[in-house]
Amino acid sequence: MQHKFSRRFLNGLLSIVLASAAWSGAHGQDLKSFEQRITTKVLPNGLTLIICERPDAPVFSFNTLVDAGDVNDPTGESGLAHMFEHLAFKGTTEIGTKDYPAEKVALEKVEAANDAYEAEYLKPVGRDDQKLAELKKAFLAAQAEAEKYVIPNQFTEVAEANGVNDLNAETGLDDTQYFWSMPENRLELWAWMESGRLADVVPREFYKERDVVMEERRMRVDSDPIGRLIEQFVATAYVAHNYGRSSIGWPSEVGQITATEAMAFHKKYYAGGDVVVAVVGDVDAKTAMPMLEEYFGRVPAGPKPEEMTTVEPKQFAEKSLVIQEQTQPFYIEGYHRPSYKDPDDAVYDAIGDIMSNGRVSRLYRSLVEQQQIAAEAQGFSPFPGEKYPSLFAFYAVPLPGHTPAEMRDAIHKEIEKLKTTDVTDAELQMYKTRTRADLLRGLGDNSGLAASLAAFQTRYGDWRELFLQLDKVDKVTKADIRRVANLVFVPSNRTTAEIDTEPPAAAAKKDGGAH
Amino acid sequence: MPVSHRISMTNLRKLVFVAAALAAIVPSGLHAQQNKPWEKIPVPKLHDFHPQQPKRIELKNGIVVFLQEDHELPFVSGSVLIPGGSRDEEPAKAGFIGLYGQTWRTSGTANMDGDAMDDLLESKAAHIEASGDDDSTAISWDSLKGDSDQVFSLAIDLLFHPKFSAEKLELAQQQEATGIVRRNDDEDGIAQRESAKLVYGANSPYTRQPELATIGAVKLADLQAWHDKTLKGKLIVGISGDFDPAAMEAKVRAAFEGLPAVTPLPPRHDEFSGPTPGVYFIDKEDVNQSNVQIVGIGVDRRNPDVAAIAVMNEILGGGFGSRLFQKVRTQLGLAYAVGGGFGLTYDHPGTFQVEVLTKSASTVDATKAAMTEIAGMSTTAVTADELERAKGNILNSFIFRYDTREKVLAESERLEFYGYPADYLDTYEAGLKKVTQADVAAAVKKYLHPDKLAILVVGNGPEIKPGLDALDMGTPKPIDITIPGAAGPPGAGGPAEK
Repeated sequence: MQHKFSRRFLNGLLSIVLASAAWSGAHGQDLKSFEQRITTKVLPNGLTLIICERPDAPVFSFNTLVDAGDVNDPTGESGLAHMFEHLAFKGTTEIGTKDYPAEKVALEKVEAANDAYEAEYLKPVGRDDQKLAELKKAFLAAQAEAEKYVIPNQFTEVAEANGVNDLNAETGLDDTQYFWSMPENRLELWAWMESGRLADVVPREFYKERDVVMEERRMRVDSDPIGRLIEQFVATAYVAHNYGRSSIGWPSEVGQITATEAMAFHKKYYAGGDVVVAVVGDVDAKTAMPMLEEYFGRVPAGPKPEEMTTVEPKQFAEKSLVIQEQTQPFYIEGYHRPSYKDPDDAVYDAIGDIMSNGRVSRLYRSLVEQQQIAAEAQGFSPFPGEKYPSLFAFYAVPLPGHTPAEMRDAIHKEIEKLKTTDVTDAELQMYKTRTRADLLRGLGDNSGLAASLAAFQTRYGDWRELFLQLDKVDKVTKADIRRVANLVFVPSNRTTAEIDTEPPAAAAKKDGGAH
Repeated sequence: MPVSHRISMTNLRKLVFVAAALAAIVPSGLHAQQNKPWEKIPVPKLHDFHPQQPKRIELKNGIVVFLQEDHELPFVSGSVLIPGGSRDEEPAKAGFIGLYGQTWRTSGTANMDGDAMDDLLESKAAHIEASGDDDSTAISWDSLKGDSDQVFSLAIDLLFHPKFSAEKLELAQQQEATGIVRRNDDEDGIAQRESAKLVYGANSPYTRQPELATIGAVKLADLQAWHDKTLKGKLIVGISGDFDPAAMEAKVRAAFEGLPAVTPLPPRHDEFSGPTPGVYFIDKEDVNQSNVQIVGIGVDRRNPDVAAIAVMNEILGGGFGSRLFQKVRTQLGLAYAVGGGFGLTYDHPGTFQVEVLTKSASTVDATKAAMTEIAGMSTTAVTADELERAKGNILNSFIFRYDTREKVLAESERLEFYGYPADYLDTYEAGLKKVTQADVAAAVKKYLHPDKLAILVVGNGPEIKPGLDALDMGTPKPIDITIPGAAGPPGAGGPAEK
């Protein structure tokens, strides 16, 4: 139920490589061995199932990836994908209800009451406050009536009572993922639950849950200075594409999303063709696949939603943003870069690695060790998503007494070096070696592996790309890095944002309301 | 030991999602209608599973070694756990352990300085790190199998022959100072830190905080002295991965057998009195959500009632089905983050901690609702349903404590470090199975005392309406979190008015 800004196919596993024969042959960790242990099946409704057998312990993990996230929120409804994700824990027509037919009628009345209330609330002129209060009362009464039929949290309770581990979900801009782990003897129970909530979700307790999501926003964005800065930074960098919108939702929009809107989103984006379900663990594909087919076959088929037409236009001039906060200073900047489908995708990963990975990285050595002006300095990409053209961002945390301006100048010096001088052979090799090792490390964990398989299957139409990306990584050259750096890291393509420290303004004149 | 002395936030959040349940809030008459299709789904017997235990070797000098083979992936990793941590540092040098851990690693050895070590290791996608915790420090490493001999030698060299560098100490001090001057920027960080201080006391070895002056007082010689002293302790060596066991045992013996007999640390005699009950307030004007911590003194795992307490935790604040979640989040919509319970620590009392994050205006409502649920544990008896679901969750997910060889190794090291019997998990599981409603009721009565709890609110004073007086727990006591010696504008949360 968390919301995140960006994730590089989880756990940094994206920038990945085929294990070289010398390492993997002996250990059965190469593509061939995975091909023997992995079974995939595309159902008639379009949904893709992936089973990877890893019978080390009698447990399994799954990852359900729905290829729709907050980037797909309709205009005026930012935060909708995330809001729907919360709904997917509320049960179905079969679980979480005492009497679904009666509940359905009651929920329709809630929608009608909310519509009436909202219509009055949003009146540009002539809003009648007394009428509004009455409508609110009617809305609350309708909610209370519907709640009579609810068995709260029954869906998650059943999972919990059956030994669920790490139950959660994440909504990103690009996609939504649901995941947990369970003892292997609960595979069928899980299949019933998971396919049920994909196919048959009921928008119960929606408006209470909307309040919960507003609290999540207050926690992650409003009450966190970096959260506030990042939301504004991304909004400044983009002028057209949905990546620029608040991903958890602007308060006025997420605060007025309706259950009807959430269900429309579900209908459009939760059809079989948008869903990949990966299961990894002590599962026998021969017996499990037919069972899973039966359960997941009930997810409705549907047309693939139309592709987004908006492409972020070229940036013409540098943009800067300064936020005055009572907190310590901070600096971040970003440059537009292409999506993960760009042939240079691995080159961006190489730059990120060489600039930022560990104590040998250029930014650490320069800003932290040598100049001693920052406690931390890194570059990362893609941000805030990967599916569409995104940003390559750099940030630095100044040491006491140092300023965002110093961070900016120091970062620019390091970027300039990338543009004018080749990286060393050692640096380039280090990137390739670390990427390969990280891929291998990720193969030993059910949950991470399920996430990777689902992500690569979704993005490339084939989970094998998890291994085949090796080629692209191995082909990155020093010249590529200079070429891309010169192409992208130019002032007119840059957005900067910083926190400058101001004293607490209201400190002297508060009314002591807390007492 | 990498087990912190109180429930960390991460763990708390995790708890919120991984726990047991109750549906019994629903009037029972309405219940009968539901046809429960999931109960008809067969749950076959779980596949047989006997987790592989690491080989335990006790050297003549008292050092204990665990070897855990795992040939799935071509990696070898290891660690050496060293007793003595931040609770043992000099109060006037609070923050010492953090500086020690970082400087130890970044300085390197006489043979190879830290920067050169970074270059070598990173070129091989390998790591060696040093770290400090409240009761221990550790050195750990990992690498591809082909590099594991070399990385092991480097790690051992760093363990026995560090060469602490003044330059790297200064670097560590700068970074620590950055953390200190920024510590009031993060609302949750303030809430966690200050609520722990309420429970243990501001000067307790478990909560005293590093200040610019105390980290400045740490000298290079202090690092070497600490190192020499703690390395005489009972080291615990753990190695896992793709190695030949006989060769690895010989290598570890060669490295550690020649050390003198270990000197155990003297036992600690800390006092734990718990918080002074009441409401405490920290004003932070740049937030719109209050972070409410309800805290008290807790128990450790040697407590004979620990199984009943764990079940009580699940019912009160463990997961989606818990009373706190059901009430404050689902029913009232007042919080995204709500949950908590007793942190179960190994060698000193943990804290009882319940947290609620809610918008400023509903601070009082949400706090009252949480307090009502806490008090309700004794007035609204735990039902058979609640008990069954709580136990179902803990017991059915018990396997996730040992479903990987790494976890089994980590558990063995933990039990060895704290002197628990090797079959602790089995005993604990057996105890959990036996917990009855009466046991939970008795545990509530014995350990959960709402009148002994302190409530800390970090939030935006003027926005909190009604004010905290409305909690009827006395006048809120302001807490001053001004950072001593920090230059520039004052941090948030100077003394609150009134």
